[in-house]
Amino acid sequence: MSRKRLITLTMLCLVLILAGCGGASKGNSGGETSVLEGGAGEKATELSYWTFVELHGQHFEKMLEKWNSANPDRQIKLNVSVMPYDDMHNKLSIAVQTGVGAPDIADIELGKFPDFLAGTPQLEPLNDVAEPYKGTVVQSQLDLYSKEGNIYGLSTHVGATVAFYNTEILEQAGVDYKQIKTWEDFKQAGIQVHEKTGKYMGTADTSASWQASLLLAQQGADFTDENGQPKVNSPELVKGLSMLKDLQENEVIATIAGGQPDTEEAYGEFNAGNYATAFMPLWQMSRYTNYMTDLSGKIALAPLPVFEEGMPRSYGGGGTGTVVTQKAKDIKLAKDFIAYAKLSLDANVEIWNTLGFDPINMSVWDMKEVTHNPENQFVKYFVNNPFDVLNSIKEEIQLIKSTSTSPTLNNVLSTVTLNEIFEDGKDVQQALDDAQAQIEQELK
Amino acid sequence: MLKNFLYSQKVAPYVFVLPFVLVFVIFWVYPLASSFGMSFQKVTLGQEAAWVGIDNYTKLMGDTVFFKAVGNSALYMVLTLVILIPFPMLFAVWMNNKFMWGREWFKSAFFFPALTSVVVAGTVFRLMFGEMEGSLINSILGTFGVEPIKFLKGQTTGFIALIALASWRWLGVNMLYFLSGLQNIPKDYYEAASIDGASAVQKFTRITMPLLKPTTIYVLTISIYAGLAMFIESMMLWNGNNSPKNIGLTIVGYLYRQGIEKNNLGYAAAVGIVLLIIAMAINLTQLALSGLFKKED
Repeated sequence: MSRKRLITLTMLCLVLILAGCGGASKGNSGGETSVLEGGAGEKATELSYWTFVELHGQHFEKMLEKWNSANPDRQIKLNVSVMPYDDMHNKLSIAVQTGVGAPDIADIELGKFPDFLAGTPQLEPLNDVAEPYKGTVVQSQLDLYSKEGNIYGLSTHVGATVAFYNTEILEQAGVDYKQIKTWEDFKQAGIQVHEKTGKYMGTADTSASWQASLLLAQQGADFTDENGQPKVNSPELVKGLSMLKDLQENEVIATIAGGQPDTEEAYGEFNAGNYATAFMPLWQMSRYTNYMTDLSGKIALAPLPVFEEGMPRSYGGGGTGTVVTQKAKDIKLAKDFIAYAKLSLDANVEIWNTLGFDPINMSVWDMKEVTHNPENQFVKYFVNNPFDVLNSIKEEIQLIKSTSTSPTLNNVLSTVTLNEIFEDGKDVQQALDDAQAQIEQELK
Repeated sequence: MLKNFLYSQKVAPYVFVLPFVLVFVIFWVYPLASSFGMSFQKVTLGQEAAWVGIDNYTKLMGDTVFFKAVGNSALYMVLTLVILIPFPMLFAVWMNNKFMWGREWFKSAFFFPALTSVVVAGTVFRLMFGEMEGSLINSILGTFGVEPIKFLKGQTTGFIALIALASWRWLGVNMLYFLSGLQNIPKDYYEAASIDGASAVQKFTRITMPLLKPTTIYVLTISIYAGLAMFIESMMLWNGNNSPKNIGLTIVGYLYRQGIEKNNLGYAAAVGIVLLIIAMAINLTQLALSGLFKKED
């Protein structure tokens, strides 16, 4: 009898576990694979494509259809694998460098890109296919994924960083976000918001360096010096983080679950209306429309506050470079396709339509019928039109350099230093000096 | 000739152990030797490795993150030993008592967690120990008027979550080891003790514990190794290998970070060799102290 019961129990356990796996597979284990036909015929070449953002696959799906109908003799089927961020980069790095098992096409995030450029890059230079588009796309976005004059990755977006304000909370507190020009304005508004509503004006990010980057960019500074060597205890970063610390002490900003606005926990916090502002690159828009649906019609975009009026009010944050590996089945075809899917005018229009990113072909920014299309999900969601804001800061978008030391530098800041400052209250100067020492030690 | 060879009593034993020896050499000795060699090189995948002497080891000695990882692993090992040896032993004794009510049910209930995947368990524990007011642990604490705690951001609280996960997962497994050990203790000893008027506590300390010694040594040995080599639990609990301030970083996690995430395989090999030395030293000392190497009379 007891044995029978044990067996039943075991079976029950197995069923439960299997059910559990089904739910969790999206998070950490494995990945998802699907083959996009895009109207391709029998003779189409199948190319494999790895990405860490499911949405990127949707964009390629659209571009694939257009490509296949325009190039009947060079049709493509795309085998898309979506994997979690770390997993994909680790797997890709090993596959690319050992020359076994690499996909034909892959997305590499900007923060990881320098790792793939170390030594002799095992990626295909894309200069020839990018050449026709020079002049139409932002040059600095091509340079971002280059080494010694060779372009290895094709950028997806500018990633102009803006402020996302929850107008509902601000109205309750009697704050007009349009009047916030400087950090001092932001502080006063935040104090008012906290007094009137008990909510926080913004976040103190501990697990990502977007805020640190934007504060450096507006002061014309960087994480690294002119030789690409890390310099994180610079007066500019001390000033920037001390300002945030002051905001935190005045209960204007507070740390958030997940550590930064672009995490699952934080989506929940924002959606519940516990934080009024996020300072994030423009691609955060797609997170709002996908994960924070309760806030539809309440979020307004605005240029970032600055220390003093006249400072540049944005910087290009994050990014994804699409690459072709050296082991690709048909290198020429893969290169032509990604150039078409990432750099052509059509592609840039679709990048806005599908993904809600700010395209690197800036002429799209002026195409009213595209940017102000009332049917567009992003136009519908936000209080004001994103491109009205983008065009007002167009000339002010700074860049933070990506060097071979960037992955290490970012890792130290966003696992250790920012936590020490905002969670433990460690002195800013001291924390950054320690970070500098740690980074130098790791790079030895 | 061939027949002689096949029927030879001298050769046969070697033929029989050959599969094991091959597996041992190919999957254990070769990788070990290879990583030992690698620990003296600067290895970049796809490119020529360069000999750097003991550079990797000297760098390791000045690496505070590495020491943090060693500290975490050691602490985790000690805490799991303190919890996962006495409690499973106690539970096993209860389960072994035929007057114990519902013991089959408890046996499966305790063993059940070991069947779940660490990925699922880690994810569930991460949500349970979330820092929001609404997460399970915080809402329980909330009913006692305790403010929400950011469990996974602090060293102590983070370890509470980690140890809770480990205990939940491994208690049943260790209990089964002890149960099988208990089955081998003859009932006569207990009867004799009862006749002599021994109390339950005396029976436990004088009969059960000494006779369970071989099982205890076995559990201790594998627990020391498992504690030092822990990686996935931490990775799942913190949703990645980068916990805030490295509070959940283990030695193997650091090896993974250097070797896989940073492509610094030579340095990672040095980390691995140091882990091997630490684990061997602790295990050999413990085995020697418990008298395993003494010649049996």
